[in-house]
Amino acid sequence: MKIAYGTSFPAPENKSEIAGLTADSYQQHPGAYAEVETPAVFKVDRRDFLGAILSASAFVLGANLAAGSATAATTTTWQPSVYLGFQPDGTVVITAHRSEMGTGSRTSLPLVVADELDVDWKTVRVEQAIGDTKYGSQNTDGSCSVRDFVAAMHQTGATARLMLERAAAQKWGVPANEVALRMGKLTHDASKRSAPIGEFVAAAAALPVPAKTELHFKSPSEYRYIGKDIAIVDQHNIVTGKAIYGMDAKRPGMLYAAIERPPVYDSKIKNVNDTEALQVKGVMKTVQLPPFKQPHLFQQLGGVAVLADSTYAAMQGRKKLKVDWDVNPAHSSFNSAGYKQELFASVHKAGKTVRNRGNFETAFDKAAKKLEVDYYVPMLAHAAMEPPVAVAEFKDGKVEAWCPTQDPQAVQQSVAAALGITPKDVTANVTLLGGGFGRKSKPDYVVEAALLSKASGKPVKVVWTREDDIRFDYFHSVAAMHMKGGLDSSGKLESWLFRSAFPPIASTFAAGTEYGADFETGMGLNEILFDVPHMRAENCPAKNHVRQGWLRAVCHLFHAFAIHSFVDEVAHLNNSNYVDYFLKTIGPDRQVDLTKDGVKPWNNGQSTETFPLDTGRLRRVLEQCAQKSGYAKFANSKNRAIGIAGHRSFLSYVASAVEIAIDAQGNLTIPNVWTVADVGQTVMPDRVRAQFEGAAVFGTSLALMGEITADSGRITQSNFHNYPVARLKQAPQKIDVTIVASSAPHAGVGEPGAPVIAPALTAAIFNATGKRIRELPIRQTKLV
Amino acid sequence: MIELSVNGQPRKFDGDEDLPLLWYLRDELDLTGTKFGCGMGLCGACTVHLNGEAVRSCVTPIKAAAAKRITTIEGLSATGTHPCQAAWEKHNVAQCGYCQSGQIMQAAALLAKTPKPTDAQIDNAMDGNICRCGTYTRIRAAIKTAAGVK
Repeated sequence: MKIAYGTSFPAPENKSEIAGLTADSYQQHPGAYAEVETPAVFKVDRRDFLGAILSASAFVLGANLAAGSATAATTTTWQPSVYLGFQPDGTVVITAHRSEMGTGSRTSLPLVVADELDVDWKTVRVEQAIGDTKYGSQNTDGSCSVRDFVAAMHQTGATARLMLERAAAQKWGVPANEVALRMGKLTHDASKRSAPIGEFVAAAAALPVPAKTELHFKSPSEYRYIGKDIAIVDQHNIVTGKAIYGMDAKRPGMLYAAIERPPVYDSKIKNVNDTEALQVKGVMKTVQLPPFKQPHLFQQLGGVAVLADSTYAAMQGRKKLKVDWDVNPAHSSFNSAGYKQELFASVHKAGKTVRNRGNFETAFDKAAKKLEVDYYVPMLAHAAMEPPVAVAEFKDGKVEAWCPTQDPQAVQQSVAAALGITPKDVTANVTLLGGGFGRKSKPDYVVEAALLSKASGKPVKVVWTREDDIRFDYFHSVAAMHMKGGLDSSGKLESWLFRSAFPPIASTFAAGTEYGADFETGMGLNEILFDVPHMRAENCPAKNHVRQGWLRAVCHLFHAFAIHSFVDEVAHLNNSNYVDYFLKTIGPDRQVDLTKDGVKPWNNGQSTETFPLDTGRLRRVLEQCAQKSGYAKFANSKNRAIGIAGHRSFLSYVASAVEIAIDAQGNLTIPNVWTVADVGQTVMPDRVRAQFEGAAVFGTSLALMGEITADSGRITQSNFHNYPVARLKQAPQKIDVTIVASSAPHAGVGEPGAPVIAPALTAAIFNATGKRIRELPIRQTKLV
Repeated sequence: MIELSVNGQPRKFDGDEDLPLLWYLRDELDLTGTKFGCGMGLCGACTVHLNGEAVRSCVTPIKAAAAKRITTIEGLSATGTHPCQAAWEKHNVAQCGYCQSGQIMQAAALLAKTPKPTDAQIDNAMDGNICRCGTYTRIRAAIKTAAGVK
């Protein structure tokens, strides 16, 4: 079984048609999963480009997109790559094919093209791509947009630059290597000639595409934009309220839908009484959505939709629905308190070995000191500020959708499967996303809109309330973890057993799966980098009772909490501290070879040759963070203390130190966070810093207060009053982010800042109060 | 019939008087800069000004806005250059941006009454506005820039 998460590779052109999607075909679909080369830059049929421009003008997004020029396109447009086009007047149009949910990749990837091409960024139009396999993977998750596509963007820019230079050289009758494209102008210094791009678009379009070996790439010192702080393209539209999110999409004659979904997972409608609902002013009809068939994938949940002439009328009508449910007994017994005991029982027995080094049992038996502890991290909901929402229009056997999605190709596949059409007959327009965090890579809400449009014959907008969002999420898994550590007489950690049980995301793709997929065990469980001679990691079984899905940093959130809390505990057992003990235990700088321990490293789908597990890089970020935060000499007291953790995830190395203050009533605030991150090379440093600032807040939310529970299969929480997230006063007051200068390949940015926060925060609480918090969220523990 | 003023334009409304102002602005006037986030006045994404005061439009029935001046993000300044908007751009505050209209409206209402806010005043004024991307430190910095305080 293959599941998409963060292993993002472009699909080959010839596999782009997928008819009649089934569970099996979904899993076999190469779109997001197949390991192929990044796409070659190639000439594209002119009609494709015109089509793209026209469709963009039909739905304009963003600051640099002007609708007016679409009609200006004539026969001399030129599109040297799927990511880049020129209009006859030389206007540069760069396609953003990944979704923008706040990381800045809608700006950073086009910026790389513009820089390598060498045009004035201010003159570039950024156009959002629809879902289309020709772009390669558009599955915007796994912190991989820049990593997977930066090379293709450089190649795109360099190819077009060389072709324009050759076109100018031909026209001027000078050697091509004497012509240079600089800031949008072709120049020949010797003859002092200079002309804008527009004069050569037609001639360049007629030239053969140069081989990659002929290209000249800029050296980093020649970059105009890469490595500088550039504003995101949507910034002005955001601050003036003009930016278009999924919530803002509108079609003429559109109906609005609110949906009452089964309160218990995988349950069916028994009986519906919609009499009162239909009496609500503005309500037009109700529609029963079909139940899904396992495995769930990205199907909608089923339920009863109320269609109305406004959002409010639909919501009011829905409140008047009376629905009897045929509740699924397999899930109606799901209670979080009891489930927690099941998870702990699971990790207190041997599980499936996912890593083995040396002989844990023998070494542990002989240990001079032993530590055996459990950790627990509850279920979490994404709670992006924009709840799931989509507009879809079914017409003549085809669907056009406007939606905030992390994966427009998954929209095509999922809508097509639900309606019995082909993905090619689904046009997925991507709006800005009001946050995603993994939720919006699962387009069940777009499927709902498409089904309802087909049923009503009108465009339909489905709006999820916050209550819907929290109750019907693809939840981040609850996890129980069991640790055993054996120390020798010198205090060195000699043996380590790490067991983890969590209802796997794999269960969303293959019903009943109780063990994590490779990407789940590969996130923290089987890739601890410490130099411990006897280690075993086991994944213990857990049944799912809700849809499980990935949330920012995924399994690293709970695995990092357990690993680094445990290291902190072992350190204190030795009268040491986390940093000193970490440095002693990490061993000499080296590249860890997991294959020696029987592990095929998941490594975010990347080779360990390009992205080795480098203990030196981890050591250095921790040392630097300790130094910046003054960790070693910090005067811990009962009302002021510091904690720290360092972790590798998404191919990046991150350490964060968290300083807490606790008042006499036990109220906790976070005056400071220091983060040091080695993420390899960066394109837009300010957006990288912003991601780590945001991750510190995200990590604070889940550590302090994040908890979703179920009672009788029903989710207890519903809105921000009972599923709180960090507000301004609770969030870290200052966040100092240091991005390590690096020439290493671009690694993950969006996610790796989150996992280190919870263990650093609870370590700080221990240093202040002596209370060891092994179960999140922190708010359930009285601090004084 | 309710008479309203939205961004300086006179408007008349004769539907359900309990309709939340949010949905009137969004669905009827297409003023979509004001966002839906929670529907319970918990997150602040829907913040607008009613006679200059920041209110949560998702829990404000339209009848409560009768004869009052409603200002949305679209009407905060004619050119998008209100000091808060300029400061938000200077500090590159927005990540996803969805909550930022509400954040800016909240901050603008604060500065209209308290041109030189203290840290505590900023924290108290902004604590009702959630940003899930976690841009709080930049929001605080942007407000200080807009106010010209350190």
